[in-house]
Amino acid sequence: MESKQPEIRKTVIKLVAVVIGMFGFGFALVPLYDVFCEITGINGKTSDVAATYENVVVDKGRWVNVEFITRTNSGMPWEFKSQTKRVRVNPGEMHQVDFYAHNTSSRDIVGQAVPSVSPGTAAIYLNKTECFCFDQQPLKAGEEVIMPMRFYVDPALPEDITYFTLQYTLYDVTEQAQEIAYNRG
Amino acid sequence: MTTATDELHHDDHHHDHKPSGIMRWLLTTNHKDISSLYLWFAFIMFLVGGAMAMVIRAELFQPGLQIVEPDFFNQMTTVHGLIMVFGAVMPAFTGLANWMVPLMIGAPDMALPRMNNWSFWILPFAFAILLSSLFMEGGGPNFGWTFYAPLSTTYSNDSTALFVFSVHIMGASSIMGAINVIVTILNMRAPGMTLMKMPLFVWTWLITAFLLIAVMPVLAGAVTMVLTDKYFGTSFFDAAGGGDPVMFQHIFWFFGHPEVYIMILPAFGIISQIVPTFSRKKLFGYASMVYATASIALLSFVVWAHHMFTTGMPLFGELFFMIATMLISVPTGVKVFNWVATMWRGAISFEMPMMFSLAFIVLFTIGGLSGLMLAITPVDFQYHDTYFVVAHFHYVLVTGAVFSIMAAAYYWLPKWTGKMYDTTLAQWHFWCSLISVNLLFFPMHFVGLAGMPRRIPDYALQFADFNKWISIGGFAFGLSQLIFLALLIKACRKQGEPVSDQVWEGAEGLEWEVPSPAPYHTFETPPVVK
Repeated sequence: MESKQPEIRKTVIKLVAVVIGMFGFGFALVPLYDVFCEITGINGKTSDVAATYENVVVDKGRWVNVEFITRTNSGMPWEFKSQTKRVRVNPGEMHQVDFYAHNTSSRDIVGQAVPSVSPGTAAIYLNKTECFCFDQQPLKAGEEVIMPMRFYVDPALPEDITYFTLQYTLYDVTEQAQEIAYNRG
Repeated sequence: MTTATDELHHDDHHHDHKPSGIMRWLLTTNHKDISSLYLWFAFIMFLVGGAMAMVIRAELFQPGLQIVEPDFFNQMTTVHGLIMVFGAVMPAFTGLANWMVPLMIGAPDMALPRMNNWSFWILPFAFAILLSSLFMEGGGPNFGWTFYAPLSTTYSNDSTALFVFSVHIMGASSIMGAINVIVTILNMRAPGMTLMKMPLFVWTWLITAFLLIAVMPVLAGAVTMVLTDKYFGTSFFDAAGGGDPVMFQHIFWFFGHPEVYIMILPAFGIISQIVPTFSRKKLFGYASMVYATASIALLSFVVWAHHMFTTGMPLFGELFFMIATMLISVPTGVKVFNWVATMWRGAISFEMPMMFSLAFIVLFTIGGLSGLMLAITPVDFQYHDTYFVVAHFHYVLVTGAVFSIMAAAYYWLPKWTGKMYDTTLAQWHFWCSLISVNLLFFPMHFVGLAGMPRRIPDYALQFADFNKWISIGGFAFGLSQLIFLALLIKACRKQGEPVSDQVWEGAEGLEWEVPSPAPYHTFETPPVVK
């Protein structure tokens, strides 16, 4: 028994290191998941930073239909809709779609729109140069706003995708926004 | 570490001298005492979780809501699952490992006896916390044992904090148990016991223990994220804050799929011990059994998303996880064929452990085949979240894992007590369990295929007849376990015929070389394995 103690100690140390490593790995899965999804675009998340529109060749020979759907998360008392239901675009061509939001409640609310593209594989080909979803939208009670979104479809979009849907879900983030403001202030 | 050594030396000088009463059990560092605690704890939890299943089946006896509120029904399905997985099956296997691994490899005890004591004694607290949450205002956890976000974050009640804390404790207990098993197997084998001479129960537990230390920390991370999302304003799984609820499922099933193998690999080991004994032949394909176990364990890390086919994964993801999942049936098939080949032309006798093992092989294979059906992505869209899934995992966990634990209990109980148990009661227990368990779970396939969703307190009228039979099977299976309880109480009172050291005619291995009942201290001088 006595002679085995150093080896037992060594094995225990290694195994405890594995346990700690795997606990860390569980949390590392969070950024890894985001990075993986961003590279492959498989979960329909579009980029949350503005794209640039430079040297983009418009593919006149091809048409893509882009549909816009809006919804509000449960308990979010805003009216939220797209002014345009659907556009037919050439890949590479710049378009603007306006969204209308109206705080129908009697309190000030900060909203955050979260985009999602279906089919998910189209997400990385949707380039937004300007989007209300990049920022939070504070609306006073009863206030209305028209929010622009400018985008172009990357000409590298796979041939088999001729139609995709961009959905925005609007969340009430008033509490989080206040916390952030409080922490900053 | 030195205290552990001192303790062992201390014991050496006072053979079989131990404090009496409750303190003996609270302070014990003896692997046999601790594993007996584990096994009794697991059995009590099995009865508690079973009582919750009885509530579920009583409510589902007829369509309509008659006995419990839907919210309480959800708490029952949730806590039933948690208790059976973390309170019954896993502690039972850890208990068996504690009893048998040192005996099978010729070690005097587990390598870390004090930690062994800890890893058991935190468990009752974990389950006391979980069960007491049922009595809180607002009720206990009701989001299913898989605690998907946002059910467990945005929509859960305040008992979630208790749920998270109890899962942390269960995880800590499993991790400590697993570390102990690995350290014992890697460092404490008797001279001559090379890795490829180890009994298969030891092999499968070694691999299981590695799975445990790899994934239980991930579960701890997942529950921690749920906790901080719910109470501390993080947004891991909240889309409004930039998180993703689907990511919860990825993290959970990265733990969850290896977890199902944690609950079945030791069962494979038990069956691989019992079948050769009662066939009076060597195990067919020992090396292939070891490699099959290892490959099942490795594959278990790359199949998690087959639980998530309906989340809108891209096609290549679905194809990958479908094919990887179906690959697992190859090593599993190797095992089943090896057991059958072991029995082939053997001199088979049908003692109780063998009966349970035969039932295991047939019924586990049924569960495996329905798993193969679920692996096929396009049909999974029909089966997902129906009773077909419930039928599948109860075949692999009840007639699989639980039957193997019962087989193990019947196999090693005479070695533990020194007396043969009441074989008439055992026959009653076996046949009642076998018939009722099939009446309980087989019709679930049919209602599932016909579209009955799981986790609901009420259902459409066309499922009424089948559900009545399922409930009758459930009550009968529950009552059958009381026969087992009676048998165990009789066995622990040391009633019955004395048995020889070998106990079973065809039994081979170091555990059958120590006297029956196994003395408090065994293999203080290591045996030499040729």
